[in-house]
Amino acid sequence: MIDLLTAIMWIAGSAFALLAAVGVLRMPDVFTRMQASTKASTLGLGCLLIGAALQLGDFASLIRVVSIGAFILLTTPVAGHVIARAAYLADVPLWEGTVLDERRSVEERPEADKG
Amino acid sequence: MLAIVIHTALVTLGVALLIAVVRLVKGPTLPDRVVAMDLIGVLVVGLIVVLAASTQVPATLDAAIVIALIGFVGTVAYATYVERGHPE
Repeated sequence: MIDLLTAIMWIAGSAFALLAAVGVLRMPDVFTRMQASTKASTLGLGCLLIGAALQLGDFASLIRVVSIGAFILLTTPVAGHVIARAAYLADVPLWEGTVLDERRSVEERPEADKG
Repeated sequence: MLAIVIHTALVTLGVALLIAVVRLVKGPTLPDRVVAMDLIGVLVVGLIVVLAASTQVPATLDAAIVIALIGFVGTVAYATYVERGHPE
């Protein structure tokens, strides 16, 4: 039973991690890539951590696993926000299909890259 | 059955790492590379957690904690560097 739950969690977690990586490769600009990376990687890592806690089944390793999970859940939004702010202030071009930029109008925006 | 699952999860995480490395090499801007590096850190933590649980060596989890810490500090440091503008 525990093995079955672990198997489900690990398959789900590694699938989410793969989706995050594909999103980072395929999305058109920094900001969309960032949301693919941060959301899916916290969810994927969460599933992997739950599976590992089930498999180890020991109090000392449970505390370590929970502390890794809590730390990742606390720091990923902070890191994402800091990179997004830095990228916007450094005039990294937005995707050409961007609908709303509340700080600058379309004419003031730096040229979008086609890569 | 669990052995097959462990191998599948490890191979999937390895493929995800390779894809993140492709984005790290392609760029095109510095924040793209920072995002890819952040993702690589998280994927390595996941890989270590799966290895620690499948080999039943819980001491390896300490390495995962350290990599998560250093990844966060590195990301924030790079973001400050991007925001200040690098010297030409």
